[in-house]
Parts: sequence; C-alpha cells; structure tokens
Amino acid sequence: MKRAPNNTRAIRLWQAALLVGVFLFWHVMTKPGLLPPVFFDNDRQAAFFFGEPLKIAARIWVWFVTNADIYRHLAVTLTETLLAFGIGSALGLATGLWLALSPTASAILEPYITALNSMPRIILAPIFAVWFGLGMASKVALGVTLVFFIVFFNVYQGVKEVSPVVLANARMLGANPKQLLRHVYLPSAMSWVFSSLHTSVGLAFVGAVVGEYLGSSQGVGYLILQAEGSFDINTVMAGILVLTGFALLLDMAVGRIERRLMKWQPRTSETEKL
Amino acid sequence: MTPPALALAGVACTFASRDDASQRYTAVSEVTLTVDAGEFVAVVGPTGCGKSTLLNVAAGLLAPSAGTVQVFGEPLTGINRRAGYMFQADSLMPWRTAQENVMAGFEFRGVPLPDARRQADDWLKRVGLGGFGNRYPHQLSGGMRKRTSLAQTLVLDPDIILMDEPFSALDIQTRQLMENEVLALWAAKKKAVLFITHDLDEAIAMSDSVIVMSAGPASRPIGAFTVDLPRPRDVAEIKTSPRFVELHAAIWAVMRDEVLKGYAQQLQAAST
Repeated sequence: MKRAPNNTRAIRLWQAALLVGVFLFWHVMTKPGLLPPVFFDNDRQAAFFFGEPLKIAARIWVWFVTNADIYRHLAVTLTETLLAFGIGSALGLATGLWLALSPTASAILEPYITALNSMPRIILAPIFAVWFGLGMASKVALGVTLVFFIVFFNVYQGVKEVSPVVLANARMLGANPKQLLRHVYLPSAMSWVFSSLHTSVGLAFVGAVVGEYLGSSQGVGYLILQAEGSFDINTVMAGILVLTGFALLLDMAVGRIERRLMKWQPRTSETEKL
Repeated sequence: MTPPALALAGVACTFASRDDASQRYTAVSEVTLTVDAGEFVAVVGPTGCGKSTLLNVAAGLLAPSAGTVQVFGEPLTGINRRAGYMFQADSLMPWRTAQENVMAGFEFRGVPLPDARRQADDWLKRVGLGGFGNRYPHQLSGGMRKRTSLAQTLVLDPDIILMDEPFSALDIQTRQLMENEVLALWAAKKKAVLFITHDLDEAIAMSDSVIVMSAGPASRPIGAFTVDLPRPRDVAEIKTSPRFVELHAAIWAVMRDEVLKGYAQQLQAAST
C-alpha cells in the first residue's frame, strides 16, 4: 500500500515525537532532585525503581561502543533463536505433513497434540536445563517447543485446505503421490508457515531469552539476570531496550524474506500512482 | 473397427452421506455413452444433474458404483492417463507462474526442463498469452487463467479432452472468443472431446453430437442429437443459421421439462 509521501513523513514524525516524549517523561519523573518526591519517601527512589534514561543510554553506549562486549551475548541469543526457529520449523513441517496426510495417525495423536499444546511450555525450561545443561542446547530446546506447535498447526491447516480442484488437476496432469507432496501440499503448507513466520520467530526469541534468564552463562538474558542480582535497574532496562530493538530488527528481516518468498500471493492492492 | 476413445456403459454413482450411511444420493445411473476418436460430444442438462460426476468418472478421479468405463477399448483403472481435464473452477497452482503451470505436466512426466519450458512458451503463445509467462495466476484475469488452463491441458497432447463448463465463469465476449479458439485447436488435432455445459447454445454451436441428461437425482441420458452443421463454425454466427434454430428447438423440447423438474426439486429442497 502506498500513501502519499508527505503523509508517511508526518506519521514518522509523530512516531518519533511519541518516542522522544515517552523518554522525556521518564527522564523528568526519575531524575533525582528535578521534581519533589510525591509517591516516594526521598527523591532517589524513583530512579532506583524505574531507572534513568540517560544512564541507560550510557550503559548501552558502553556495551556497543566503549567496551563492545555485548556483541558476544547478542550473537549467542541470535544463534539460539535461529537454531530454535530452524529446528522447530523443520519438526513442525514434517509432523504437520505426516499427520495431515495420515488420518489414522492424526486420529490417534490428536488428544496428545492438544494436551501438549495446552501445556504452559515455559515451565519446561528448568527441566531442559537439567537435561541439556546451562549452555545453548537448553535454550534452543525451549524455543523449539514454542515454535513447533505454531508451525505444526499451520502446516496441518495448510495441507487440509489445499483446494480439491488444484489437487485433482495436478493428478490429472500426471503427478504421482510424491510429486503431489512436493508440488502441491508443500507449497500450500509453506504459505501458511510463512504467514506465521512473525509469530514463530518471535517465539523462538522469547524461548532463547527466557531460557537465558532462567540460568546461563552468556546471552542478553544472562546480562539482565546478572544486573537484577545486583539491583542495577539501569542495566536491566538497557538489556530490555536492546532486546526490543533486536526483536524489531528480526521482525523486519522476516518481513523482507516473506515478501520475497510469497510473491505469488495476491495482496490487497497492487496499483501504483503514476 | 477401432474402439471408441471413451465408452461408459451402465455407469451409476451413488454417494453415501458421511454422517449417516443410510442417507444415499444417486447422482447418475444407467449412463451409457460413447465418444469416438476425434468426436466432439457435448452433454447438457439442468443444474445438479450430475454432469460433473460423469466427467470425474471419465477422468478416473471417481470410481463408479456400477458399470464400466473403457478408454480405447481398455478398462479404466485409476487416473485416465490419456485424458486431459479442464475444470470448471480455478485449477491453476497459485504458487506457480503461468509458464510453470503449463509445464507442470511435463515436469511430472520427467521431461527435461528446457524442453518443457519451450513447449509451454509455445502453447502460451498459441492461447494468446505470449508475454504473460512469468505472471502468477492472481495477476491474470479470469479469461487469461482459463487460457492458461487450456494450454496446461492441451500442451500434453491428450487423446481425450474432458471439459467441465470451462467457460461458464467468463463474460459473453471472452467466452465466444475462447469457444472459437477451442474449436480451431480441436479442428487442427481432432481429439475426442467430452464437453459438459448447461448452455444449449454453446453445446450445439461446438459439438458433433449433443446428449441431454434428465434432472437429478439418478439422472441419465434421455436424448442424443447429431449436430450436422457444417464446419468450420463461428460460434457467434452459427446461432442464426436455420439448421441451428431447428436443432435448438428439437433439443429444447426434450430439455425443457427436465429443467422445470430440476427447478421444482430445488424449490422443494429449499422449502423443507
């Protein structure tokens, strides 16, 4: 969808203004000595509970520029996210195809799938830590359990919703069962997988960070955990901001990949103003 | 004498309801019809008379409850490998471009890709879509999608062509163009065609013989008419010829009661 450019610029401006406003409000409310304390006993407490934007910015600067020591942690978190996403998607795709094409297996396993999906899987994190240790593997495992079901259900749906006419047509054109899987079921399922890409990448990221947060020796979640241990609210907030920014970048990358791979899907409007 | 391209004998199709096995619906019964090699046969009938069921049986997509299907003298088991099927609904794979859709049949048969691509391009040109090979189906108009389907079916050079109201979704001008194109392509190759339609004008204008089906359920052929109009024909012009009008009147006399019957049944079904 294309808006007139000046409209887009106005929206961007408002968005930036909102961001600046939020940080300004935060700064004014927490800076010791700036406003008389209303809710707290002394004027240092607001900063203690909510952090100070300037110190948070300084912390981020130290991480990225002065010490440049966050890249290692970011790389760990990113690796965990990508591994969790890759493995979870592959497992979900395989299981989804299998169950959608085998009614008996799907009938037998249906209650178990429902049960596993209803289980709050975040609580598995400590168990994974025991099974796979405190390294990357336990975080990846947690992410996989989160991603798997999203992809699985989408693939299952995708295969079930293959147009019977397209299927019959492919059979008339001479496709054998293997070719039907590759040329009809898989592309149809993939379109559903891609439509859930934002959710599943996001969940892989959540799995990685939560896993790190619950016990690890590296990663951004670990940094936040460390800072919390010493009541360093500014570092905690800095970690959260870095994670948020990172999640946004990840989401943008996914959007780009999606647009490239799904160019066969109709979009609501494709006209262009000349 | 060579055996007919397609021979249905005593074909019946009964569907049992999935929820209640005692609920049965017989779509067609006692259908006997033959299509000779090179013959263009049209089947007309009121809506819901099981015309599509019949075509699915001929294609091998649906096994008949009773009766036999023979293809060039051989009993049909599984998919009819000698037939190409043009569906009523959109049947192109949306994730493939027009060119990739047209070459799909070759791909499935293991024809080398450059060769398949060349033939696909050739056929796209023939149906007037020369420059549209890299478009996805959603980027094509309804008529263009039908042309792509036509190319997809005919590129494989099937001996039997099954068509299920292929042009019913098109506007009248596009439709006449397509009908003429199909006739020209058919005249060049002389394949056996089984053409299903609810439009009597279309049936007479295009075919060598018209078979009228009774209203469902358990519909069956109730009349067969030979169309002795000269070829080549132009579907728009031929409709004014006296012989066409004569044939139309004769066939319509048989069909009218069935159409009314079918309509009454639908009204009844809607009111209960």
